[in-house]
Amino acid sequence: MANARQDHRSEPWKDPGATPYVRIDKITKKFGDFVAVDDVTLNIYRGEIFCLLGGSGCGKTTLLRMMAGFEAPTSGSISLDGVDVTAMPPYEQPVNMMFQSYALFPHMTVQKNVAFGLHQDKLPKSEIDARVAEMLKLVRMEQFASRAPHQLSGGQRQRVALARSLVKRPKLLLLDEPLAALDKKLREHTQFELINIQETLGVTFVVVTHDQEEAMTLASRIGVMNHGEIVQVGTPTDIYEYPGSRFVADFIGSVNMFEGHLIEDEPDYVRVDSEDLGGVFHVGHGVSAAPNATVWVALRPEKIHILRDRPEGEGDNRVAGVVSEIAYLGDQSIYLVRLAGGRQVRVTQPNILRQSGGGRISWDEQVWLTWDSSSPVVVTQ
Amino acid sequence: MSRNARAVGDSSPFVLAELMAWIKALGPYRWASNRLRSRGMTGRTAVISVPYLWLSLFFLVPFLIVFKISVSDIRLGMPPYDPLVTWASAQVMELKVNLGNYAFLWEDALYRNAYANSILTAGISTILCLLIGYPMAYGIARSKPSWRNLLLLLVMLPFWTSFLLRVYAWIGILKNNGLINNLLMSMGVIDEPIVMLQTNFAVYLGIVYSYLPFMVLPLYTAIEKLDLTLLEAAADLGCRPVKAFFKITAPLTKGGIVAGSMLVFIPAVGEFVIPALLGGPGSLMIGRVLWEEFFNNRSWPIASAVAIAMLVVLVFPIWILQRVQGREMGAHR
Repeated sequence: MANARQDHRSEPWKDPGATPYVRIDKITKKFGDFVAVDDVTLNIYRGEIFCLLGGSGCGKTTLLRMMAGFEAPTSGSISLDGVDVTAMPPYEQPVNMMFQSYALFPHMTVQKNVAFGLHQDKLPKSEIDARVAEMLKLVRMEQFASRAPHQLSGGQRQRVALARSLVKRPKLLLLDEPLAALDKKLREHTQFELINIQETLGVTFVVVTHDQEEAMTLASRIGVMNHGEIVQVGTPTDIYEYPGSRFVADFIGSVNMFEGHLIEDEPDYVRVDSEDLGGVFHVGHGVSAAPNATVWVALRPEKIHILRDRPEGEGDNRVAGVVSEIAYLGDQSIYLVRLAGGRQVRVTQPNILRQSGGGRISWDEQVWLTWDSSSPVVVTQ
Repeated sequence: MSRNARAVGDSSPFVLAELMAWIKALGPYRWASNRLRSRGMTGRTAVISVPYLWLSLFFLVPFLIVFKISVSDIRLGMPPYDPLVTWASAQVMELKVNLGNYAFLWEDALYRNAYANSILTAGISTILCLLIGYPMAYGIARSKPSWRNLLLLLVMLPFWTSFLLRVYAWIGILKNNGLINNLLMSMGVIDEPIVMLQTNFAVYLGIVYSYLPFMVLPLYTAIEKLDLTLLEAAADLGCRPVKAFFKITAPLTKGGIVAGSMLVFIPAVGEFVIPALLGGPGSLMIGRVLWEEFFNNRSWPIASAVAIAMLVVLVFPIWILQRVQGREMGAHR
């Protein structure tokens, strides 16, 4: 889904001449001795859905709150559309935020909640009414305009909160865990709705989330955060297929990580001998590391083939093992294969054929694992 | 060891349950319990009936007695009023209801002024308490959690000394050769003492001082519950802090404002000690009128009518308080 969307989208971050819309420059935020955000520099372009992804306490929310003006950075600056907004109080920022708790005013109706921001700008009543009605229609809440927030379901509140934060036509919309309070089915549905609304209005979104699936679906680009730093920025595909570090590879999706050292280092391929694996990886991309350096090879479970018969000939990228666990999930099966050295490898295979009874790989069976040389990724940190 | 301890711990409720079962099996117990239950008397109603019984015995009955006195005639003697019901003969019962006491209250400007003055004094004191108490409560609710209990304790600390003693202490502070005047004169700020005692100022000071905790505590509870992200949301939508206070904080703490105001206003209307000790002849409040009626004029019926009329005056604010509290509870459900 994410790939399909990017195909018809421009990718301004690849154009060195493009001007970033939001420029975050060497931002640091300390709370006492604790460094919440550590020297973050980040450019976000107009029309993007940029996801800040990380575990709890990684600094993503603090970074978002600094963009909204709720926290003053200890050092560094933020500029939006060419204007320095670092010291601007929140009520002057041309930025709106959708809060994780939605923060709807409990003593006001849906209509009044959405109109609140427009009243602050002292717009004429007719214009306020028109814009509120238009926004409620966009989020399909027009028939709930006179309800109080406590009379709405979680999903309805979420849509009101979205309408309230979009009605002022902000230059930038900040979303703090926008879907965390919804159940799984509703969340998936709402993700696509969010994307549609974003494309309709063309507002730049910055989304904070701890849910990698949400980030993969929504984002044009993802910034993975850890310990207050941005460890990698890239499209969902980049982040998944080309993780730059063990942390990113591990955080996004599941991965088999093998320690090894370089035994051959050519511009277009490397070979890594791994005791963990009990074999040699032949990796189809170059690596910038010292010869014989310790490296890690990340191999996604869905990129491994599981075979009954020994592959023909000799070579790299193959290893024998015994199936120790199988989990049948319907659309796919997860196999845990124990290698000769004791290491467990996770393999997922789509269940393309309807299987019943025999023919299926079962417990304690001797199997061979192989993969393409384009599949493994070598990371050096 | 642990097994022994458990065995001992288990045995006592077991013995109790056995005892209960034995009592329940007794004939008289079963008879009494069945009789009560057939009249709708379960354990639940028994528990609820205790406060009802208490209130009707010590509130409703005295109220009815006072009401009875208020519609009777004054007379010299003991008790100083005519009985409501007399027996003209063995068969004829005479009920004499005298509404003249109430008419007297209405006609005499003294009582009307006393009521008006009581309400005015209580109203101004309530507003002063609100203006002083809201920032206090706000400050406490927004202080560090570790400080809050200490600050709340300080608000309640005056209750550790008798109310009467504290009001007497103000006399020592306010009188002509009291603390304030002596200090100012010794510093040369003033040449002759400022008259503070026996003025309306002293009455307001006394009421605000005495009733401030009743204002602060409900306000604190309301402000402390307020979700701060709502203020962030308001700011995010372009609302400046002062406006956000009136648009968000004040409406959402309305329950605390009303509760605190009523807790100050209702007792302040009937306040007797403070105007008697700190007030002058100008600060005539209904509590003092009642006292004088009762002890100086020995007119029990008029005094009772004054008391009943005051209650009627206070029914309206009490009704408002009830309504707001009821709505608050409904909204949080």
